[in-house]
Amino acid sequence: MLKYTLRRLLQLIPTLLVVSFIVFAMVRLIPGDPITLLYGISEGAGTDSEYLEYMRDQYGLNDPLPVQYFNYLRDIFHGDLGTSLYTHKPIATEIANRYQYTIVLAVGGTLVGSILGVLLGIIAAVKHNKLGDNIVMVLSMIFVSTPSFFLAMILMLVFSLQLRWLPSMGMKGPAYAVLPILTLGLHAVGMIARTTRSSMLDTINQDYIRTSKARGVSKFKIIMSHTLKNALIPILTAIGLRFGQLLAGAALVETVFSIPGLGRFMVDGISNRDYPVIQSTVLLFATTFVVVNTLVDLLYGFVDPRVKYN
Amino acid sequence: MKKHPLLRRFMKRKASVLGAVILLLFFFTALFGPLLCTQDPYQQDVTQIHKGPSAEHWFGTDYLGRDTLTRLIYGARVSLALSFSGVLSGSLIGIILGVCAGYFGKWVDTLISRLIDIMLAFPSLLLAMTIVAILGNGLFNTAVAIAVFSIPSVARMVRGVVIGLRDSQYISACKVMGEDNARIIATHIIPNAISQIIVNITLNLGTAILTASSLSFLGLGVQPPNPEWGAMLSKARDVLRYNPSEALFPGIAITLVVMSFSLVGDGLRDALDPKLKNVS
Repeated sequence: MLKYTLRRLLQLIPTLLVVSFIVFAMVRLIPGDPITLLYGISEGAGTDSEYLEYMRDQYGLNDPLPVQYFNYLRDIFHGDLGTSLYTHKPIATEIANRYQYTIVLAVGGTLVGSILGVLLGIIAAVKHNKLGDNIVMVLSMIFVSTPSFFLAMILMLVFSLQLRWLPSMGMKGPAYAVLPILTLGLHAVGMIARTTRSSMLDTINQDYIRTSKARGVSKFKIIMSHTLKNALIPILTAIGLRFGQLLAGAALVETVFSIPGLGRFMVDGISNRDYPVIQSTVLLFATTFVVVNTLVDLLYGFVDPRVKYN
Repeated sequence: MKKHPLLRRFMKRKASVLGAVILLLFFFTALFGPLLCTQDPYQQDVTQIHKGPSAEHWFGTDYLGRDTLTRLIYGARVSLALSFSGVLSGSLIGIILGVCAGYFGKWVDTLISRLIDIMLAFPSLLLAMTIVAILGNGLFNTAVAIAVFSIPSVARMVRGVVIGLRDSQYISACKVMGEDNARIIATHIIPNAISQIIVNITLNLGTAILTASSLSFLGLGVQPPNPEWGAMLSKARDVLRYNPSEALFPGIAITLVVMSFSLVGDGLRDALDPKLKNVS
């Protein structure tokens, strides 16, 4: 197990290298001069082509691509992500201030979505083809189909503008996180509930469940420790996938609730064509996503000892 | 009149029929609605800014005093055209990639499968945002973003079908009879995958509507003054307190269309592939 964990963590390295290479190549694929895109220095306004050439040398843009890539990686490891073309602030500090908000939203949303989704999925499976099942399926269909930014606006309208229970803008304390987390959580409920339901239904018809019933094991114990435990792998996969969607979806919720998170930073970067910011945010999102997926993979083994690693 | 068995199986699922009816309504609105509109979607009226529903403006007006209902109807055109063009072209590429990977195997398969894995691993919205970051925003680039994220799911599904068929006896028989690869793919492989392709496309259309409106909501997709549902919601957010109906109508429109596409997709899957019926 330990060996597998170590190997799985080591496998992260090539994956992350590929991700970083794609991000590095991205800016060089965009039509236009990298020095203009990355450092905001362009021809005209007192800069002649000789100066541009000098700056290209200075920033190492005339080096062979492998050297440039190596330097790019070295800068990242030194915590240097470059400067924003728009605010002229170092991107690393900007990200350090914002990353926490997005992580809180994505983790909170995943937790809320998982707890509610698994619970609803169990109800649906136990009440298969009865009223309870139908209600859960209709609810999850609605939650999956509603755009998260619309759901966010409905929650904001009801709970902060009408009832005045919760704040609607910014991120100045725990109360500010409630509605955004609820939005992301509800959005995730649909898929997790559907996966839980079908996975539970697959296990519920197994022979050992029937045997347990015949032996007089209580219904609650059958559901919780015999069925759910064995149905957990697909559910975990669904949750892991949802986390990635929520991480990207945070941009929408951050926009609605005016939260200065990483998603909003990336969107602003794209709007301003601020390529150093785009590069860094895409890299960070992708890295977080890859790491979380690896953690989910590792969890499989703890949850289900039948999963063989080789 | 005797109903086609396919239609009969589809009609069994009431929810899917409801979804199909809603979708048809939206299609007709997108096609013929603009002919029935009495107002111009771009006509501004500074005296009628952010008004709630009234006799003159049934669904109210927006931040420039434009009629929300008219913009909603024209927006149906934009949203449906965007998602259809994006998903169809992406699916076409996906089908080609899937067939190549499944049929030719070996390094072609390895290369394409790795590519699909990487694309599937990326959240669709993040992928779309990255593409817009490279290409810039606007109607066409939004369609490209939708096309790109529709590729992997279709490609993987087609690859699976093709691998299942590749070693079957009748395909070997075709090869023995000297049919070339292109002909075998066109007349034997694709027809066997077509029902699953249709289901996949239907389900992707819903996701495409969601992603396109999300991009526009963030200001990265369709640009003003084009009427687009997500962009309408983004403007409505600023006045949620005073004129909630401005957000309500486009929001409900997106939700209804997305939901109908998944209902119809589920219904089609059951109708086209009775074997799968008890799986989900």
